[in-house]
Amino acid sequence: MNTFTAPEIDYVAIAPILIVAIAALLSVLTETFLPRSVRRPVQMILTLISLIGALIVLVINRDIRTITGGGAVAIDGPALVLMGTILILALLSAFLVAERSLDSLGDSFAPSAAALPGSVDEREFSARGYFQTEIWTLFLFAVLGMLAFVVANDLLFMFVALEVMSLPLYLMVGMARRRRLLSQEAALKYFVLGAFSSAFFIFGAGLVYGFAGSISLPEINDALASTAGETLLIVIGMAMLLVGLLFKVGAVPFHQWTPDVYQGAPTPITAFMGATVKVAAFGAMMRLLYVAFSGIQWDWEIILWAVSILSMIIGSLIALTQSDVKRMLAYSAIAQSGFILVGVVAASPSGISAVMFYLIAYGLVTVGTLAVISMVRDSTGEATHLSKWAGLGKKSPVLGAVMAVFMLSLAGIPLTSGFVIKFSVFAAGIAEGDTWLVIAAVVASIIAAFFYVRVIVVMFFSAPNENTASVAVPSIFTTITVAATVTATLVLGIIPQPMIDLLTNAGIFIR
Amino acid sequence: MDPIYYIYLATLLFSIGAIGVLVRRNAIIVFMSVELMLNAANLVFVAFARMNGNLDGQTVAFFVMVVAAAEVVVGLAIIVQVFRTRASASIDEPNLLKY
Repeated sequence: MNTFTAPEIDYVAIAPILIVAIAALLSVLTETFLPRSVRRPVQMILTLISLIGALIVLVINRDIRTITGGGAVAIDGPALVLMGTILILALLSAFLVAERSLDSLGDSFAPSAAALPGSVDEREFSARGYFQTEIWTLFLFAVLGMLAFVVANDLLFMFVALEVMSLPLYLMVGMARRRRLLSQEAALKYFVLGAFSSAFFIFGAGLVYGFAGSISLPEINDALASTAGETLLIVIGMAMLLVGLLFKVGAVPFHQWTPDVYQGAPTPITAFMGATVKVAAFGAMMRLLYVAFSGIQWDWEIILWAVSILSMIIGSLIALTQSDVKRMLAYSAIAQSGFILVGVVAASPSGISAVMFYLIAYGLVTVGTLAVISMVRDSTGEATHLSKWAGLGKKSPVLGAVMAVFMLSLAGIPLTSGFVIKFSVFAAGIAEGDTWLVIAAVVASIIAAFFYVRVIVVMFFSAPNENTASVAVPSIFTTITVAATVTATLVLGIIPQPMIDLLTNAGIFIR
Repeated sequence: MDPIYYIYLATLLFSIGAIGVLVRRNAIIVFMSVELMLNAANLVFVAFARMNGNLDGQTVAFFVMVVAAAEVVVGLAIIVQVFRTRASASIDEPNLLKY
């Protein structure tokens, strides 16, 4: 009879994840036991303190490089950087979730998600001034899943983390206060397609396990190295795992959910999801490909080449035709996924740091842009149709200027972070010989510049008319987020070197 | 009996599930098809655990069951809410978001 030996767990190394996990559980208890009147401040403080606490512990832990938890958790340079990115972006999005002075009705979330849209119940909840606080619990669990996703070093932990990240997001997407039919529809589509892609992920994991006899990523790599020639089993398994991950980043041809979810979700949740899910999913994708599948690089390179080019071109072309700002940003997100994949395909240390820089800068711009969108309103709530943005820059020069900075950054214009990240990703691609891929990326960037610049043209070069939306006065929360993101976008664009040094020192994924 | 036949069976179940998701209209049936796909994955893990002679695959099967149960909770909440709003469980009917 074999004796069971418990795996060693380095609690210090995984402390940032544990802090968020404990806060999420406390948040469930808060929801259960505290009276309605105090829940909102308690939940808010709990969320903000745990995110900031985790960030502080992460900075203290910055020199830890270890594999712990029986090989399931890998804490290395990229993992620490990606966890920090997720925590900062989650913190900035949490401010948007907390905002309640933009809308005359309160915050962005339905007072009771269970009450039918337009029903007596809903009106009563609204009239009594109830606020929904479960959103904070779901928010913390989603952050927990993302943190676990980027450190997962075996396929089982990666799958569980993927689900802990996704399930709260499906629910959060369906909780908008206004336009609830759109929101519910977005949640349904996101859920059905998300569950479909997770099934592919776990089936692929099963096939890889069958080939390697282990679910641990380094052991899969050893099995690939010791087996003469690759088999169909491992290639199909790897491709199915990639389907699950490419779905999460919204790359073509797995992008169908992206525009609907971006448009239907409450704007703070769009900001949270659009920024952080990309970081988590690309982090997990890089670890999976570089640690487990470096032996069959030729196979996944071909797949990602095709997905990258399709995402960049299709995302940019469809974005040109959009008239809704949130929907346009969704197609822009698809195109940006393609640009990030150029760095993933490069598969070199400079590629890793370029991708991480891209994720940081792009995440900040995404949160900032959606914070600006949440301020532009008319009598029916947010005014996302581009025609209502006509002359907005003349009506409100500060908001117009901020939005212009974000759009220029997304387009990749120098002196904004967007130029630096595009340049470093393309440079990494050229260095690894992916010249044609980079040429396609440059062409797609030129197409993409059109629709980003169109927003600026609409805001500044057309006269305000009676349809032009007004700009709501935000509270301190949204102001902090917008100020922080716009400052970061400019600083990273003008003096990128400290960040590049930091990311280069972070090194590569450990085995 | 050779465990490889279980892999063929699992692949067949997975394909039935995937086709079910793609062609059926009722959200509940679509959802059941997804569950079939997850259970096909379970069968792969258990069969390969037998073939490889280690227990990792059986452990994974337990976790996948738990995840599937959590997915049911979230999924049915969303589907029931959409059904109550629209009095229909068809996934083709919610079509406000497009282009």
